[in-house]
Amino acid sequence: MAEQKHEPKIAAFLCRWCAYAGADLAGTNRVAYPPNMIPIRVPCSGRVEPSWVIEALRSGADAVLIGGCHPGDCHYVSGNYKARRRMSLLQKVLKELGVEPARLKLTWVSASEGMRFAQVVRDYVEEVRALGPYHGEFGVPRELHEVEENVGQLVRQAVSHG
Amino acid sequence: MAQPRIGVFVCHCGRNIAGTVDVEALTEEAARIPGVVFSTHYDYMCSDPGQEMVSRAVRENRLNGIVVAACSPGMHEETFRHAAQSAGLNPYLVEMANIREQCSWVHRGPAATDKAGRILATVVEKAKGNLPLEPAKMGHSDKCLVIGGGVAGIQAALDVANSGYEVLLVERSPSIGGRMAQLSETFPTLDCSQCILTPKMVEADRHPNIRILSNSEVEEVSGFVGNWNVRIRKHATFVDQEKCNLCGDCVEACPVRVSNEFEEGLTDRAGIYIPFPQAVPSSYTLDLNACLGLAPLRCSECAEACEAGAINYDMQDELLEEEVGAIVVATGYELLPKESMGEYGYGEIPDVISGLEFERMASASGPTVGEIRRPSDDKVPKEVVFIQCSGSRDPELYKPYCSKVCCMYTAKHALLYQHSVPDGQAYVFYIDIRAGGKGYEEFVQRVMEEDRVLYLRGKVAKVFQDGDKVMVWGTDTLTGQRVEVAADLVVLAQAITPSAGIVELARKLRVSVDEHGFLKEAHPKLRPLEALAAGVFLAGAAQGPKDIPDSVSQGSGAAAKAVRLLSAPELVHSPEVAEVAEDLCAACGICAPQCPYEAITVEDTAEVNEMLCEGCGTCVAACPSGAMNLRNLADPQVMAMLRAALKEREEAEIAGG
Repeated sequence: MAEQKHEPKIAAFLCRWCAYAGADLAGTNRVAYPPNMIPIRVPCSGRVEPSWVIEALRSGADAVLIGGCHPGDCHYVSGNYKARRRMSLLQKVLKELGVEPARLKLTWVSASEGMRFAQVVRDYVEEVRALGPYHGEFGVPRELHEVEENVGQLVRQAVSHG
Repeated sequence: MAQPRIGVFVCHCGRNIAGTVDVEALTEEAARIPGVVFSTHYDYMCSDPGQEMVSRAVRENRLNGIVVAACSPGMHEETFRHAAQSAGLNPYLVEMANIREQCSWVHRGPAATDKAGRILATVVEKAKGNLPLEPAKMGHSDKCLVIGGGVAGIQAALDVANSGYEVLLVERSPSIGGRMAQLSETFPTLDCSQCILTPKMVEADRHPNIRILSNSEVEEVSGFVGNWNVRIRKHATFVDQEKCNLCGDCVEACPVRVSNEFEEGLTDRAGIYIPFPQAVPSSYTLDLNACLGLAPLRCSECAEACEAGAINYDMQDELLEEEVGAIVVATGYELLPKESMGEYGYGEIPDVISGLEFERMASASGPTVGEIRRPSDDKVPKEVVFIQCSGSRDPELYKPYCSKVCCMYTAKHALLYQHSVPDGQAYVFYIDIRAGGKGYEEFVQRVMEEDRVLYLRGKVAKVFQDGDKVMVWGTDTLTGQRVEVAADLVVLAQAITPSAGIVELARKLRVSVDEHGFLKEAHPKLRPLEALAAGVFLAGAAQGPKDIPDSVSQGSGAAAKAVRLLSAPELVHSPEVAEVAEDLCAACGICAPQCPYEAITVEDTAEVNEMLCEGCGTCVAACPSGAMNLRNLADPQVMAMLRAALKEREEAEIAGG
C-alpha cells in the first residue's frame, strides 16, 4: 500500500551559478514542478563528491540529480567537465553495485533556463517513479552496509580523480 | 566547536510564502530540530523591524548560527549577514533557506510545507557545521602594468594614472599608438584617426604617473594578484633617447632599405627609423635585423652622420624587475596573413591589398598622402572591389567568427574611395551587413545611397590577374547572376586574429585563451573585463575583435577594475575556500591539476593560496585522502544535510501530506 503510493524522493545538488539560479528563475516565473526534489546549493557541480551520491541513496533518496552549468559556461572554467567524468564513472560503479545508473542524473541548466529547470525536474521525477522506490541497499545490502563506512571512501578513490 | 545554538527566522514574505507554506507549523517544526534554540516568524524579515528582530535574537539568545527561511540567498544573504554582524555574529554563520523561489512559488498545498520543512532542516544542518571565518587579507603593490600600447592600453593607462596610481605601459614596438595610429579616418564620424589619438599618446607620454617602456616585452611573471613580480626586457634601440634631437640625418645616411611595417609594406624604410612622425616616445630605433652590422667597421654611416652622438652600437638590452599589483592586457590584433588567402591572389597579385594597406593609402600621412593609387603602377584605380569576410565566417577554411569591424571599415573605405576618385566605381561583396552600433547603420545606408557604392550580396569565387586588370568572379545571390568585375584594385577585409605571441604571454600570466587565441574572460556575460587569474584584466581586441569605442570602453573598464584593486587598503578575499589538513595529505598531487586558478602547490603537502582560490571545491572532491576541505561546505556537513533532507517524516510533520 505504501509502495503503491510511493512518492519518489530526489536529492539535488545544484551549482549556485547556473542550476540553482535556474531553479530560482523557475520560481520567479512561477513555473510549477513536482515537490519531490530537495535542493542543496553547492558552489560548483565539481564540488559534488561521489560519496555524497551514495550517502543520499543510503539516506532515503530514490535518485540524485546534479545540476551544473552548460559545457563551456562553468563559472569555475571546468568544474562541470570534472563532474561529468566523475559521475559517468560513478554510474558504472553503481551498476556494479546493482543500482540502476539512472538513479544518478547529471544535467546542465543555465541561470536563464527556468523553464528548462522545471522540465528537467518533471521528467526526472517521472523517470524515477518508473524505476520504483530504491530500497536503500546496494545489491548485497547487509554485507555492504557493514562496510558502508568505507563505501564512500572506496568510491571516492575509485572515481574521484577524474 | 561549541554546542550549536541556532536561531531560525521564518519569513512570510507577505503572502508570497505564508500564502502557501504553513509558516507557524514550520516555525514549530524548526524548534524541534536539535541545536535550534530559538525560532520565530514574521511578515517581512528583510524589513528594518525584521532585521532588528534577528539582531536582538542573536544577542539575547547567544546564537552561534542563524537560518533565515525566506527567499533565495542571492536576494538577501548579504542583508542578514550584515544584520548578524551588527549583533556581533560572524557573518559566515548566517544561512538562507530558500523556501520562496524553490518552494512556495512553485509548489501548492501541504506538499509545499513538507518541502519547506526539508529545505529548512537541510540548511540548519549546514549552519550547525559552519565555522566563523575571517576574510583573508594581504597588502599589495599599488602599481599597474599595462601590456600593449594601442588605444585600449593607452586608455587603461591614463585612467589608472589619473586615479593616482603608477603605471608601467609596456609596448613591444618602438611607439605606442597601436593599430589606431595606422588608420586614416574612423567610422562612422570620419574623424581623423591620428588627430584624435595623438593627444592621448602625448598625454600618456607626459603623465607623471606613466612610464612608457617601448621596444619592451614581458619576459616572466611570478607571484599572484596584488603582488606580481614582472621581468621586462627593454630591447636596445642603439639610440640614446636623451641625446637624439630627431634631426633625421641618420635616416638619410643609412644605406639599407627594408619593408616599412607601419606603412604595411607599401613603402620601405631605412635600417634606422622612427615609425611615424608623432611616435611616442619620440626617438629613433636601429632595427637590429636590418642593420648591416653593429660592428662599426662594416657600416657606421648613421653614427658618423649623427652630430648629437646619440647612436651607441654597444647599447645592451635592459632587464627590469618590477612589482605590480594589477595587470591589464591589451595586446591588440593582427590580420590573417597574406599567404593564407590563395584564392583571392593575396600576396601574389600586387593590386590585391588588405584593409590596413588601404588605410595607409587613404591616410593623409601615408605614402600616397591620401591619394588612392594602386601598388603595381601607381595609377588611380577606376574600379575597386572590396571583399568582406575574407577569412572570417568561414569555418571550413579559415576563421568561424565574425571580425566585427570589417562591414563598417569597408563602408568607410568605399566612401573614401568614391570621394577621392569621383568618377570611379566601388563594389562591395558581402555576406551580411552587420552595422550594430551608434550611427553605424545610418553610415552604411549613406554609403550605399549617397556615395553610389554598389553592394553585391555574395561571395567571391576567384580573383586573378588578367593583363593589367584584376578579375573578380563572384555571384550576386540576390539576383542569382554571376558577376564579373575587371578591377584595378581589390581590397580584402582580412579576418582579425590575436597578436603574435599572445599564447606565450597568456601562459606567462596564467590566463586562458580561447580556441582562436583571443584572451578568455572570466565570464562571457558578467565578468568580461577580467581574466580568470585574479587581478588580470582584459582590454581591446586581444579579447576579441572590436572597434575603437568598444576598445576604449573596455580600456576604461579594465582600468576601473584595476583601480578598485589598487585602491583597497588590503586585498580581501572570501574565506569560503579550500584548505588542506596537512596531517592527512600525502602530497599525491591529484588536487593541483584540478584547479583552474593554479591556487594549489604541492611540496611536502598540498598548499592552497587563499588569495587565488575561488572556492569551487573541485579539488576537494578529487582528494583521495580527504585532506582537502571546502570551508563551510565540508563533507560531514553535506552528509548531515542529506540525512535531514531525506528523513522519513511523521504524519504530523507532513501536515496531512
